[in-house]
This record gives sequence, C-alpha cells and structure tokens, in this order.
Amino acid sequence: MSENWEPKIITFVCNWCTYAGADLAGTSRFKYASNIRIIKTPCSGRIDPMFIVSAFEKGADAVLISGCHPGDCHYNEGNYNARRKFTMMKRLLDTLGVDTRRVVFAWCSASEGIKFSRLVNEVTESIKKLGPYTDYHSLNQEER
Amino acid sequence: MARIGVFVCWCGSNIAETVEVSKVAEVSKSIPGVVYSVDYKYMCSDPGQELVKNAIKEYKLTGVVVASCSPRMHEKTFRKAALEAGLNPYMLEMANIREQCSWVHNNMDEGTQKSIDLVRMMVEKVKRNKPLDDISIPVTKKAMVIGGGVTGIQAALDIASGGIPVVLVEKESSIGGKMSALDETFPTLDCSQCILTPKMVEVAQHPLVQIISYAEIEKLEGFVGNFKATIRKKARYVDVDACTGCGTCWQKCPVKVDSEFEQGLGKRKAIFIPFPQAIPSRPRIDAENCLKLTKDRCGICEKVCPTKAIHYDDKDEFMEVEVGAIVVATGYKIMPVSAFPEYGGGQYPDVVTSLQFERMVCASGPTLGDLKRPSDGKLPETVVFVKCVGSRDPEHYHSYCSKICCMYVAKQTMLYRHKVHHGNCYVFYIDVRSNGKNYEEFVRRAQEQEGAQYIRGRVSSIYKDGDDMVVEGADTLTNSQIKVKCDLVVLATAMEAPDGIKQLAQKLGIGYDQHGFLTEAHPKLRPVETATAGIFLAGCALSPRDIPDSVSEGSAAAAKVLGLLSKDTLDKEGVVAIVNELTCVGCQNCIRVCPYNAIELKDICNRQGELQRQVAHVNPGLCTGCGTCTPSCPSRSIELQGFRDTELYAEINALAEL
Ligand SMILES: Cc1cc2nc3c(=O)[nH]c(=O)nc-3n(C[C@H](O)[C@H](O)[C@H](O)COP(=O)(O)OP(=O)(O)OC[C@H]3O[C@@H](n4cnc5c(N)ncnc54)[C@H](O)[C@@H]3O)c2cc1C
Ligand code: SF4
Ligand code: SF4
Repeated sequence: MSENWEPKIITFVCNWCTYAGADLAGTSRFKYASNIRIIKTPCSGRIDPMFIVSAFEKGADAVLISGCHPGDCHYNEGNYNARRKFTMMKRLLDTLGVDTRRVVFAWCSASEGIKFSRLVNEVTESIKKLGPYTDYHSLNQEER
Repeated sequence: MARIGVFVCWCGSNIAETVEVSKVAEVSKSIPGVVYSVDYKYMCSDPGQELVKNAIKEYKLTGVVVASCSPRMHEKTFRKAALEAGLNPYMLEMANIREQCSWVHNNMDEGTQKSIDLVRMMVEKVKRNKPLDDISIPVTKKAMVIGGGVTGIQAALDIASGGIPVVLVEKESSIGGKMSALDETFPTLDCSQCILTPKMVEVAQHPLVQIISYAEIEKLEGFVGNFKATIRKKARYVDVDACTGCGTCWQKCPVKVDSEFEQGLGKRKAIFIPFPQAIPSRPRIDAENCLKLTKDRCGICEKVCPTKAIHYDDKDEFMEVEVGAIVVATGYKIMPVSAFPEYGGGQYPDVVTSLQFERMVCASGPTLGDLKRPSDGKLPETVVFVKCVGSRDPEHYHSYCSKICCMYVAKQTMLYRHKVHHGNCYVFYIDVRSNGKNYEEFVRRAQEQEGAQYIRGRVSSIYKDGDDMVVEGADTLTNSQIKVKCDLVVLATAMEAPDGIKQLAQKLGIGYDQHGFLTEAHPKLRPVETATAGIFLAGCALSPRDIPDSVSEGSAAAAKVLGLLSKDTLDKEGVVAIVNELTCVGCQNCIRVCPYNAIELKDICNRQGELQRQVAHVNPGLCTGCGTCTPSCPSRSIELQGFRDTELYAEINALAEL
C-alpha cells in the first residue's frame, strides 16, 4: 500500500432521493471526502448487481449504493424491489468471495444532506482501514 | 465518429474557487472523442448558451457535456439550447462539478481531479447515448367516475364544470351513497338530505354528466388517456326511459322485505326506489324477492304500469365507454352488529349500529323521526354509545382508527338529547379524536352543554336483564368496574372497504392495502392518484373520512382529471423502456417487477398469422422510466432509454482510467 493511497469509491444513487440529498449537501456546503464518484440512475431499481462486480473489476475499493427510504420511492415500489434484490446480491457476493464489507447499502432522502456527507466520510474512513481491494481488479487484468 | 464538446462553467467563483476550471477544460481535450472544450464564467447565461449553440453548429458536435451545477438545476436549460442548435437534447449530459465538487471539497487539487473524472464519465456516457424522441399520446377527452356517493358526485360535477363529459357509474339504483341515509351532520348539524339532494339534482341535470345507475365495471382495457371500460348494466326489469317514476307499481306490489337503505329497520317492496329522493327516480325489481320472477305469479306491476315500462325478461346489458381518466370513489360500508356477538349484536334487537341510529332519529326514517327502540317501540330513556367497535383492535378486528366515529357519536348524543330532553346518554370511549375545524368545540358542546356523559374504557359485555340492556365495562379513569342499565345500545362499528372492492381494484389494475382500502401513489405528495397513470381516488375508498374531507378529495381528483385532459395529447420524455423483440425469451420477469404494470406480452406471428412466440412489450404511455425491468431481464432484452447498460457501464469503465 503506497503512502498516499486513497480509496476509490463508486456510488450508485437514485435521481429522486439520494442524488437530491447529495445536491443538498452541496448547497449546504457540508464538506466530505473527495473519494466518491457518483453514477446516477433514475431509481435504485435500475441498479444492476453486475454494476457492483464491474466497479470492483475497474479498480473500485468500495461500492456505495443509496436510494430512497423504502416506501418513499418516487416510483413507489422500485426500491422495495431494490432492497430485496440487494439482500440477495449481498449474499451472492459473499458466496463468490467478495469482501462484502466493501459494499455498503444506505437509504438517504432528498432532505438528508448531512446524512449523505457523513455517510461518505464514514465509508471512506472504514475503507481506508481495510486498504486497497485488488482481488477483482487483478481478475480484470488477467482477462485483458 | 463521436464529436463531443465539453463546456466547463465557473459559476462565477462558486466553482472556480475550488476547481481549476481551465485545467478541466484543457485535460478534457485529451479524452478520446472530445473535439472542443472551453471554460466560461456563466454557462447558463444567454452568452453562455450561445457559446454552446455556436460550438454545436461550428464543430458539428454529436454530443455535449456541460460541467457545471446539478442537472436538477439546468439540464432542461441546456437541453433546450442543444435542441435549438439542432442537436437531440438527450445527447447532452451534465457533469455536476458544483454540488458534487466545489461546494463539498476544499482542496483545489482534489476538486480539480474529481471534476476531470466526472467529465470523463459523462463524455464516455454521452458518446454512447442514443437520440431519443419525446412521446406524445392522444387522449380521449371524457372521464368516468365510479361510485355516486357525495365524493363521486362532487368529482363528476367539477369535471363537468370544466367542460369534460363524465360518465358516473353507480352500483346501486340511486346515487347518493351513505350521506343520503344520515340525519343531521357534524359539525354544523345541517340536515344531510337538505344539502345532498340539491347536489344530486345538479349532477343529474348537468348536460355533460351521464349517470349509469345499477351498474358495475365489467372490464377495463387501455391506459392513461385511452381507457376502454365495459360497464355491466344489471337487469332492472324497468325501462328507465319509459318509466315516469309515478310510483303506482311500488304502491301496489304485495311483497314486503327489509329495506337496505333503512338498515333493516323498515320495509320496502320488491319493486322499489331505495329512498324518496332517489336519482334516477326509477325503480328496479329485486329479482330475489319478486313473485313474478321467482314463482311466475303476481305480475301486478306490469298490469298497473301506465307506461308499460316493466319487462320481466330484462337481461344484463353491456356498454362500452372510452374515457381518458377515471376517478374511483367507491366509499365504505360499516360492520354489521352481527359481527359482534360478544356485544349481543344480532341477538338483541336493541343493540344497533350507528347507521341504524341515524335512520331511527331521521325525520324521513322508518318511524318518521319518532325515536323508538326496535324491540318494543319504547322511547329509550337511557342510551349507551360504544365507540371503537371493531376499530383500533388489531387482535380481534381492525388495527386502524375509523377516524370519524368520535365526531358522529358526539353528534348522535346531541341528536338524541334534542329528541329526548330528559334522556341520559353515556359514551364509552378510548380516546376522543376531534382534530378538525370546529370539531373540538363540537365535542365539548356535547359533553358540557348537551349532557353526554363520557366514560373512558372498553366495554366487556352487553346483555339483557328483563326489559333493560346492561353494558358492563371498565372506567379506566376511576379504575372501577362499571355497569350501566339502558334501553338502547348504539355500536359505532368500524368503517370497512365495501364489498367487491378487491375485484374492482384488480379489474382496474390499482392497488389496495390489507384492509381493502385503495392505495394512493404517494401518501403525502400524490394522495388522490394511484400508481396507474390516469386513475385517481377520492373519499372513503381510501380510508374512513368525513364529508368535508371526502368532498375536498372529490374536487382534488377532478382537478387532476381536468389537468390531464386539458391537452389534446399527453407528452412525456422519451426515457422509457424498450424491448428487443429478437432476443426476448418471454420469461415475463420484467412484467413481474414493473411497478406500473407497463409491460405486457405481445404475440409474434408468422406471415400466415400463426403464433410463433410471445415477447414483452412496454406501453410507453404507462412506463415511468424507473428502469426496474432492465436488471431483471436474463437475456438483456429490455433497456431503459437514456440509462441503457452500455451507457452506465461506460461510466463505470471510465473510472478504470482514473
Ligand atoms: C353513522 C355515520 C354517521 C356519519 N355522520 C357524518 C356527519 O355527521 N358528518 C360527516 O361529515 N360525515 C359523516 N359520516 C361519514 C360520511 O358518511 C362519509 O364521509 C361519506 O358518506 C363518504 O362519501 P363517499 O362518497 O366517499 O362514500 P359513500 O357514501 O360510501 O359512497 C360510495 C358510493 O359508491 C358506490 N359503490 C361502491 N362500490 C361500487 C362499485 N364497485 N361500483 C360502482 N359503485 C360503487 C356505493 O354504492 C355508493 O353509492 C358518517 C358516517 C357514519 C357511518
Ligand atoms: S422502466 Fe419501470 S415503468 Fe418502465 S417498463 Fe421498466 S419497470 Fe416498468
Ligand atoms: S425479462 Fe427480458 S426476456 Fe423476460 S420477458 Fe422481459 S424483456 Fe423478455
């Protein structure tokens, strides 16, 4: 691990709640670690479990997934689906040997700017402790 | 080949302070596909937009990335500018370097590096974007209201006053709903019929309203703006056009049965109108009790009818209507006393429901307003009201609060005392919930000025002792057991979803909760919409509520309908799912997960018209673009436009180079 290594955290968020929550963190000038890169989807239902695997292949050290609180969904049921799906996904990743400490699911609403900034900081801190994640990264190299 | 332009905004100093904008623009040039990049002080200003437009034309850009504020702020602005310059608006994406960079990071290097990353991700995405067309769907400018209670009447009137024709479908032979059976109404004690009848007449006479009574929905096809409903007009055995409502038939009919409208306290004939103010004022024959229809005897009504309107061979008829929007206002029913044997319900005639009590005190009721108890006609000197019967009792009955019983019980104690000045009345209650305008004052008036005695506690049993009824319960305020002798017991039984509501909901494709009440799209922000576009809800169909709330919702639903049908077409963004019919295996996974029922199976036939296979098909009118279907597809055949796999993986892959 190099001295100034910084974790790469890929974040998938839904447009209506968490993306708006992140915007609110911005307008409120809540500072947070710059390690995350946000990818926007319309609803957490759109997030494909394979996105997570792919993110690890491309060198992510952690993946953060955040949508509306169950029941608050703009698309009413979409994130119930997501919740079920991700519970299963986490189990699957676990069996595959993925370090599931590096996959974080959180609900964050449009009004929770402060929660979003704290979330990012917490995840960044915990991944810093875990160190770089190369298992899947190297898989990707081999394929190439 | 992609030709992408990158436009980096300073947002004054908002971005420029923590992001080296010129560097972002400079580095962007090295991203494959980028042919032009520039930074500018205010990209959203007119000159900023001109810059974008001119570059699109000059450099023949195929895609644009604007790195500035959140797309929630200005995506529309820039997409409009792109369109004006001849570029499909969906070929423009935004990198959010203000809310996600400059405003949340202090360090210039970090902010700059992250901005470059975000630009790279969006460049990779926009390179793979496909131009999309907005969708425009024609609408039928006509509405249907299901349920002709006060809620449905209000909705129909408001829609019709907005110039949109309405079909009002009512299950019973008259409109009016429960309100037509009430005596006086809280919190003002105005007579229910006096305020409802004019509305019933108004809706019946409105040139744009067509009332179809004694009818139910058989089938619903189509989608928002384009529904086709099949209505079953149940056999009435009376030609409503020929009939003048003279009443000769029901005066002469020899059969007497319990009247549903009178809650079993009065009688009606086998040919009848439910109540004198019924609209339409045309009778129907009750086929189960008519002598002609059951035993081929009698036939008196046919003989006496001056207009030959009686037809014993009448059959159910079906009619189809095309409508653009639907309001469901099917109301409620109350639990019968027989559901409560522990309270002597069904066993003792002097244990009645609150709705029966309304009829017992109503001037148009079976006793013409003379309060008599059902068993022996005696004037009740003491009455006990029991609240929350079947409500707030998750172990035995319903977990929910029926919301309005607190109010109507207070009202009924007053109605009672206005009839029996020296009478005693007791109310067993758990809580008094009176949180409406002038409601608390109303309950206080019942307690403080009109002599109602409130006892806090649950009733344990109700039984008969000689001529008297005895109510036993606990007074939880004094912590004592209490026994009240009385002449009449009124149970404020729970309001429930009406019969047949689940079947109706399934036909309409709308949701209902575990109690059978219909579900709104969002409990706070979309309280009168369903998850199915174009179908709205109002009144007690959603859950128990009083007349003011019901009427407000009737109007709210009408406003939604008018908004929807005010345009000739329904326009929406092109962000909808599309199925690749060549690779779809018809597994129906997507159909199961779509929260909007927007996907159905479609037949694929060969040239001879023989069915080859079935594939999924998305109705763009119903699809909301949530994308839940896309990850569910095992053959990767259903893709949400604007968020296709290739587009999102491009964003992920862009990170490999970071
Ligand atoms: C004892 C009692 C006293 C009350 N007193 C008051 C009071 O003083 N003040 C007050 O504000 N509120 C009072 N209420 C509440 C009031 O009755 C309701 O708020 C009001 O009637 C709700 O109107 P609605 O149109 O939503 O439902 P409803 O009146 O139930 O009307 C629904 C209509 O839809 C029809 N329908 C049902 N299913 C179908 C179907 N499948 N197809 C077609 N049509 C269908 C029904 O036949 C009915 O005509 C009282 C209620 C009770 C029980
Ligand atoms: S995008 Fe959402 S609404 Fe549209 S078809 Fe797919 S699951 Fe249904
Ligand atoms: S999930 Fe995919 S394969 Fe299955 S029906 Fe839907 S589009 Fe076709």
